[in-house]
Amino acid sequence: MAHTLAEKILLDHTDAGDLKPGDIVPIRCDLVLANDVSGPVAFGAMEQMGAATVFDPDRVVMVADHFMPAKDIRSAELQKRLREWSHEHGVHFFDQGRGGIEHAVLIEEGFILPGMVITGGDSHTCTYGALGAFGTGLGSTDIAGCLALGEFWQSVPGTILVEVSGAKRPFVSGKDIILEVLGRIGVAGGTDMVLEFVGPGAEALSIDDRRAVANMAVEAGAESGIFPADRITTDYLAGRTDRPWSALRSDPDAIFARRLRIDLETLEPLVALPPSPGNVVPIGSVAGRKIHQVYIGNCANGTITDLRQAATVLRNRRVHPGTRAIIVPSSQRVYRQALEEGLLEVFIDAGAVVSTPTCGACFGGHTGILAPGEAAIATTNRNFTGRMGSDRADVYLASAWVAAAAAVTGEITDPADVVGEGGP
Amino acid sequence: MESRFTGRAHVYGDDIDTDRIIAGKYTKTLNLQDLADHVLEDLDIDFRSKLTKGDVLVAGTNFGCGSSREQAPLALKVAGVSAVVAKYFARIFFRNAINIGLPVLEVPDLEADSGDEVEIDLKAGVVKNLTKHTEYRASAMPQVMIDILDQGGLVAYLKKNGTYDASAL
Repeated sequence: MAHTLAEKILLDHTDAGDLKPGDIVPIRCDLVLANDVSGPVAFGAMEQMGAATVFDPDRVVMVADHFMPAKDIRSAELQKRLREWSHEHGVHFFDQGRGGIEHAVLIEEGFILPGMVITGGDSHTCTYGALGAFGTGLGSTDIAGCLALGEFWQSVPGTILVEVSGAKRPFVSGKDIILEVLGRIGVAGGTDMVLEFVGPGAEALSIDDRRAVANMAVEAGAESGIFPADRITTDYLAGRTDRPWSALRSDPDAIFARRLRIDLETLEPLVALPPSPGNVVPIGSVAGRKIHQVYIGNCANGTITDLRQAATVLRNRRVHPGTRAIIVPSSQRVYRQALEEGLLEVFIDAGAVVSTPTCGACFGGHTGILAPGEAAIATTNRNFTGRMGSDRADVYLASAWVAAAAAVTGEITDPADVVGEGGP
Repeated sequence: MESRFTGRAHVYGDDIDTDRIIAGKYTKTLNLQDLADHVLEDLDIDFRSKLTKGDVLVAGTNFGCGSSREQAPLALKVAGVSAVVAKYFARIFFRNAINIGLPVLEVPDLEADSGDEVEIDLKAGVVKNLTKHTEYRASAMPQVMIDILDQGGLVAYLKKNGTYDASAL
């Protein structure tokens, strides 16, 4: 029987003889992840289940990233619990100063291989599809089950095949591809589905661009977003891991629930308007809107690629006096690389805040909270009401190109109008 | 878990995300009462004062979209919401609610106004609007979720069964 990529990965992780969309199957996890918000709740549930040990300490990763560094006593207590539990159970643990944002850390440090199943106590666990893995977000009690058993139940998703053709125009990035998808299928259009990205336009994307795309699959309600592993994946993994893996692809005659075509030749920079990631418009239609804060970072778009784009826009320019800019490298590794490439100097000279890697203000935690009446443009993945602070603040979602251009002009601006039509 | 109960409806719209159920800033605690004190405040600042223990939340499509934070269904449950009935739920929220023992039912055609008296029969999968004298059938739930809810949540389910019974899935 013909299978999609997601079905093949799930088949490799179950004793079920065969499967099709809608089947409920037990699935083995290759890796289980949690953080300072989801972890402590999961630990309590695991203890209540009567499980004294994790299924395999080498397959468990804990990352302190949400309220990290601790913003107050309560968040410090959560991190203390995460730290002590991790040491007690001998699992992988990335404390502050050692890792960064979980999905950046696991990808960059070689934990993720194509074909793996990763469950994470964080909805953006779908980011691992950038490397051809099935990553899916679960709540803390499901994660407790995964920690204890190395297993969870999954309803086999259908697949929406996103066929990407053509070459990106200047100032267009992975962010715009996923915003285009969200604009077309909406915030529930991926329910019970996986988004699979194929075609020459997808194959040409860097892993950083694929991360930005896969990361927001959950914003369509999808279980995961996946790129089949290819030569770019192989190159990315070289030097990060020497564990073996094999590339899987959907069968040519596999059944897809739906097909979407995206032509990069006509795709332009996009913006998601508050309060929904599915509220997507071309940048031209909102140019000129006042922006009080620019936020470049998070698990989708705090990569070295994003920081280079931001630096290209901000080099020899200043952050507009009516605007503030916060730049958050997504990991210690990216932070270090940005330092070596002179990007941090560009940001500091421009008058931006450069923060340590953290989830920070993306989820309204700390380090850049918005006041009532303020508007932010952010490279993050959610612009829900109250997401970055006040319920009377607005959040616009866009690429690092677009966010950095707004930092220079103080309003939503086509980056071509700042850097020049020809591109960087 | 009681399988049949009634409650007063509080009706809201589509795409109620987990940030509006409980904002990220409140997730820094394990104190569930603190979460419950702020439940739905960015959707309806008066929700807490209007809520009586046992009331039912009624919503449109894609309820609980966004974050995987289990604090969202926990905050609703601890605040006294007895069940959520929505046209359909975002998938992670749907599992989380069942896992912590908060009944959730998908009823695509439910019509209700805030204040209506609603009866929920979990065993039968039926929702009645007692005020409007209408009756609706909830979409079928996977057997594993029925079993988990039956036990009061995933902790009790796994404590009892030890694992996911593949034959019962």
